[in-house]
Amino acid sequence: MSENDTKWPGGRGNSANVLNERRSISEEMSDAGARKILGSRSRRGFLLGGAAALAGVFGWRWLPEATKVGFLQRVFRFNESVTSALFSPTRLAPEFPADKVSRPARVNGMLGIESEIDLAEWRLNIGGIPGRASDLVLTMDDIRHLPRAEHITEFKCIEGWSTIVQWKGTKFSDLVAAVTPWKTVEEMPSYVSLATPDGGYYVGWDTPSIMHPQTLLVYEMNGEMLTSNHGAPLRLASPTKYGIKQLKRIGRIDFTNERPEDYWAKEGYDWYSGL
Amino acid sequence: MSARVEEKHRAPIRWMHWINFPLLAMMMWSGLLIYWANPVYSLRLFGREIFYFFPAGFYSFLGIPYRLAEGMQLHFFFMWLFAANGIAYAAYLILSGEYRSLLPTVGSFKRAFRVALYELHISKQKPPQGKYNDAQRIVYTLVILMGAGSILTGIAIYKPLQASVFTSLLGGYEWARWEHFWLMIGFAAFFAVHVVQVALAGWRNFQSMITGVEIITTEGGQE
Repeated sequence: MSENDTKWPGGRGNSANVLNERRSISEEMSDAGARKILGSRSRRGFLLGGAAALAGVFGWRWLPEATKVGFLQRVFRFNESVTSALFSPTRLAPEFPADKVSRPARVNGMLGIESEIDLAEWRLNIGGIPGRASDLVLTMDDIRHLPRAEHITEFKCIEGWSTIVQWKGTKFSDLVAAVTPWKTVEEMPSYVSLATPDGGYYVGWDTPSIMHPQTLLVYEMNGEMLTSNHGAPLRLASPTKYGIKQLKRIGRIDFTNERPEDYWAKEGYDWYSGL
Repeated sequence: MSARVEEKHRAPIRWMHWINFPLLAMMMWSGLLIYWANPVYSLRLFGREIFYFFPAGFYSFLGIPYRLAEGMQLHFFFMWLFAANGIAYAAYLILSGEYRSLLPTVGSFKRAFRVALYELHISKQKPPQGKYNDAQRIVYTLVILMGAGSILTGIAIYKPLQASVFTSLLGGYEWARWEHFWLMIGFAAFFAVHVVQVALAGWRNFQSMITGVEIITTEGGQE
């Protein structure tokens, strides 16, 4: 082994040698002279590095909580603008064969559906349809008469777990086609708000995601009637969003140009929560 | 005895190295805040659980529980900086030619074995060092590839519908999450070994990552 191999500038494989660059900062000098140069460079480097580290840590701590939360919420909005620009209304989530369905389906979250429900009394109230002074009120029968649709897709919880579910119902877009004058997504208001009958849980959707062909108003799940725990008589299901957006026991739907309030967005989660 | 001061690590490399440190730390920290909400992985050998990620005491000691929203906020902010710094670093390595010092070369794997024997005090023969020895070349290249892997598996989990083709290539959503997790464990392991190695390599080596220079002693002015 030659002396060159033990000192890094001489190493044959080093970029500086391959590129034939000179990287000497100084001429040949005494050992003490070299140490002096190194000393001043170290001082500068450590002072700068230390100051940057301290500024980072204390700068972040010093910021008021509201400023931080506000900033991070704006980051969510920024991410939303980037990722919603990439959203394709025709790109479909992968579907799975029936034997991949996970049974029993996991139940997670009873917000807005804790109380008993009288299914015979249930109605779907729809607001924000042009040319109507009052809500459009639909029964379960009305909804069952809409075109049927189904898919077996992977349901994803914001907590990080996922499960494969068979959903059956009607496309949200078919409801829109049946009861509103809108012909295209572009004509529609920008947002849709959905809430449980008691208003205990409510979510906001962007119109392109809720009009996605795999966004369903569901009344059958895994081949059976939707159970109360899973949101009977009618719930939302869509692979375009996390489960927090897939409202169970829908009581109200409102079309609006104002960004709707959202239960979990108020708790600091991403309003968009798009997948 | 004479000496000269020689540039070892150029400024962009040093800056991006040190900027990466807090960024990776924030990605790992916020990732743990997220992982806590569905902590399902463990280390298994022959079907037996060796270690569960993570014991309850780990979470409570670090104050992790019930901070999923905050974790997502931080993760989806720092991801931009982490990716930007990583891409800039890779671009710099390529454009400057510095990759030559870093990428493994023919025979690196064989020589890396000698490095391992030497560092474990099994062999007394010091392997060639250069700017990076062959074990360093392999590990530092690997860690860059892991960074790329973290970004790619991250995209697959973040937008599994918009990037569904890509998520499928990684084995699906659940596999992508598993891969993303193990890459994080890989970074933690790398960090632990890296810190020990830097400590063992000594001050002269450590300061060169900050100042960029090293003193090269040249007997009688000749190399």
